[in-house]
Amino acid sequence: MNIIVCVKQVPDTTAEKRLAADNRLDRASMENILNPFDEYAVEEAIRIKEAQGANITLVCMGPAAAESALRKGLAMGADNAVLVSDPLLAGSDTLATAYVLACAIKRLPFDLILTGMQSTDARTGQVPAAIAEFLELPMLTFAAKLDVDMGKRTARIQRQAEGGLVVLEGNLPALVSVTKAINEPRYPALRGIMMAKKKEIKVWNATELGLDTSLVGSSGAHTKVLAVRKPAPRAKGVVIKEDPDTAARKVADYLASVKAI
Amino acid sequence: MNELWVLAELGETGPKKVSLELMSKAAELTGEGQWLPAAVVLGGDEAAAQRMSEYGAAKAYLSQDDRFAAYHATAIADTLSALITEKQPIAVFIPATNMGKDVISRVAARHRLGMLADCTSVAVREGSLIATEAAFGGSLLVDCICVGATPHLLSFPPNTFPAIKQPTGNLQVEKVAAAINDKVAVRIVDRLAAPTKTVSLEEASIIVSGGRGMGGPDKFAILEDLAQELGAAVGASRAAVDAGWRPYSQQVGQTGKTVKPNVYIAVGISGAIQHKVGMQTSEHIIAINKDADAPIFSFCDLGVVGDLFEIVPRLTAEIKKRKGG
Amino acid sequence: MYTLTEDQEMILSVVREIAREKIAPRAAEIDERAEYPWDIKKILCDADVLMLAVPQEYGGMSQGLLFQCMVIEELCKACASSGLILMIQGLAELPIELAGNEAQKRRYLPRLATGEWLGALALTEPQAGSDPASMRTRAERKGDRYILNGTKRFITNADVADVISTYASTDPAKGSHGISAFIVEKSFPGITIGKHENKMGIRGSTTCEVIFDNCEVPVENLLGSEGEGFKIAMRTFDRSRPAVGAQAVGIAQGAIDYAVEYARQRQQFGQPIIQFQGLQWMLADMAMQTEAARQLVYHAAALCDAGKPSPMVSSMAKAFASDVAMKVTTDAVQILGGYGYIKEYPVERMMRDAKITQIYEGTNQIQRIVIARALAGTR
Repeated sequence: MNIIVCVKQVPDTTAEKRLAADNRLDRASMENILNPFDEYAVEEAIRIKEAQGANITLVCMGPAAAESALRKGLAMGADNAVLVSDPLLAGSDTLATAYVLACAIKRLPFDLILTGMQSTDARTGQVPAAIAEFLELPMLTFAAKLDVDMGKRTARIQRQAEGGLVVLEGNLPALVSVTKAINEPRYPALRGIMMAKKKEIKVWNATELGLDTSLVGSSGAHTKVLAVRKPAPRAKGVVIKEDPDTAARKVADYLASVKAI
Repeated sequence: MNELWVLAELGETGPKKVSLELMSKAAELTGEGQWLPAAVVLGGDEAAAQRMSEYGAAKAYLSQDDRFAAYHATAIADTLSALITEKQPIAVFIPATNMGKDVISRVAARHRLGMLADCTSVAVREGSLIATEAAFGGSLLVDCICVGATPHLLSFPPNTFPAIKQPTGNLQVEKVAAAINDKVAVRIVDRLAAPTKTVSLEEASIIVSGGRGMGGPDKFAILEDLAQELGAAVGASRAAVDAGWRPYSQQVGQTGKTVKPNVYIAVGISGAIQHKVGMQTSEHIIAINKDADAPIFSFCDLGVVGDLFEIVPRLTAEIKKRKGG
Repeated sequence: MYTLTEDQEMILSVVREIAREKIAPRAAEIDERAEYPWDIKKILCDADVLMLAVPQEYGGMSQGLLFQCMVIEELCKACASSGLILMIQGLAELPIELAGNEAQKRRYLPRLATGEWLGALALTEPQAGSDPASMRTRAERKGDRYILNGTKRFITNADVADVISTYASTDPAKGSHGISAFIVEKSFPGITIGKHENKMGIRGSTTCEVIFDNCEVPVENLLGSEGEGFKIAMRTFDRSRPAVGAQAVGIAQGAIDYAVEYARQRQQFGQPIIQFQGLQWMLADMAMQTEAARQLVYHAAALCDAGKPSPMVSSMAKAFASDVAMKVTTDAVQILGGYGYIKEYPVERMMRDAKITQIYEGTNQIQRIVIARALAGTR
């Protein structure tokens, strides 16, 4: 089985964010890590590999520094990686990103594509479905549980829905995005870290990938930022310290005042 | 005339509240008559279409095909996509639910359309739609427009707009055929019911949330009692979920859900940034914590320093009393 | 300059993640319950962290003592008891690595590396602490066995260990030159684990008596030759003392980090207390001393890695760092004021944990004797 896992390098979220002059994220100004949501996708791929055997390829679009995110995935147990990196790609929106990843994925054999459900920086969660569209694949999103049957060539997931869980099934090849409920990602073990050195990270640029450059980067954007502003600060609240009965009454008064009761 | 569409997401009893909220907003934006507000109701019936018109739809595209129930989002995406090609609306509002996210991305990719997701507001300026996205959990607001081909796609989470009844009187219903591409179809194989009927976090107007201060899974019972009295959903901080006290589906925060209820009651939650970004745009925030230095007290509307185990049950009793119980 | 390879950077970052996500949340509970943290042990083993204590030729992934010290520091920032899991493994494997023959290394080191077997080191006795040469545990040769009789006391992790590197006297008349080192497996007949001590700190490690009652140890398990034991012990200390120094540095740093964060949030007299010069000077001294201790530990470890271990520098590192840890943690409690004194806040635990670093692996008084003798040219 060939599994592709799409990963992204994101800023370490506990750090300060800074925007550059053009309103784009100043990625150079902070620590970068493998998108925590993608760790769950990498872990799921490794579990499938341990259960049924598979070759796992990580695919990532990003600057050269994104290699360290890929190394972590390789250290966890992925087999090889592809990094699509090109200055032309900077400023790409979600559609452009999905287009680039889809172009890269087309050049690789795959039965299953796994992604995290969103990234911790942009948090749009739009890329997985767009990749599925560009590759004309069934998509099973927000999976809390995944079962792959290579015999029947199907993938089946469970996901949260109103009133409980819904079970969805699609034919392979398919794209599956996973939530944090699906597993507990392993820490890369030392042996994995050492072996990751020997695993290949192929780097492709826009030309090698044959990308239509009008569709990527800032010029390919379908949205435009007009302004960035801080939200109006929340009016200062009131903090009280009373005996429990008085406190309970005051909270109930407040709830009544905002028509919650 | 150009049309502004709202894709209705349907629940068991008709359009979900978020669909009505978006329809209300669409109707408001088209109030001057420059565009026609229409609802796209896929997998529903005449009653569902009528419901949308109660909230401002002048027109409804209705497909009553049974297959929508058997197939997941792709059936909706395919059909909406075909409709877009045929009718060319200027914009489509889509609920930012899990289903909505799947639909909006596939449609945007298929037609190479601009999409703005999880917007917190929208306005018309000089004939264009300007929407505001919240970045970094609401720490920054980004005003954007879509560029390029129409329709422009915008998604909004539940509770972004009020649902306002504004019947249009004369609903024009156009029946449409379902367009389903079997190649990418995802089949609904089974539904497993939840043990108890719960209000979903994203749609709840009141959320009672517990954190590390709760101390253990059984202790959440007092929050469930309070939630019961308030008709609220129960949420949890990452600490409570990681400790195994509550399921991940109830986690509010950076790596969990972002919620925007009318009232968010944070109990035994410190209010660290990772939780804050998941709930800081709630209309009203109440915090109960015994640590006077907890960060949550710096961004709540009403903060109570005290023992939650003493206060919460008394609050539940007080509310019960006021309800006339 | 101590530069790390990319792999070492990644290893250290994984250790930090484990410390932050898994160990720190458990530290208070481990201390409260005084239980060996098996869950932490499993996480560390799964991540191959114990392999850092064993050379690569024998199934380990040792990156040298300096790197091991960096890892120990990161673990101990979160929990000194959890750091001991790695430290004791290193302590137990050192005599085997330094003095063992091929067969012994091949039998024991790979399993210590994976954590399949846990190790311990038994030197101290009720009547032989600072003066190990006066130990009374006897090892008598009888055919193809040594029969061990005696009691060891204050042995860290003796009850969870599978392998105990043990020192006993094969020739009491020769004093320190009559001591030999043995690899004792828990499964050998004649070993009982005695009383668990109820300790002030590092309560997540177990400290017990080990009683040898006609314990039969195969001749093949003698390390080196008879009478070499004391020398092996001294060579072990050259490497284990910097590790204790690293533990002390970790404890101190954890305390500083917590105290700084507290002082930034805590407001009195209308401002965060970190604005007050009195506290600023305290924090500055704490940070200075800890950095100095860290550099001394690194230097001692680097000398070992370069093949030039220095007993004097190793003793300096251990004594200095542990004295610093005691002062820094005491100051951290002071900075937190009343809150520093209650168990809900971690600094009182850090202070209790720090104390042992001044005592074990040779008391700081003994360390000063080692240093003074090196200066005076006597040994």
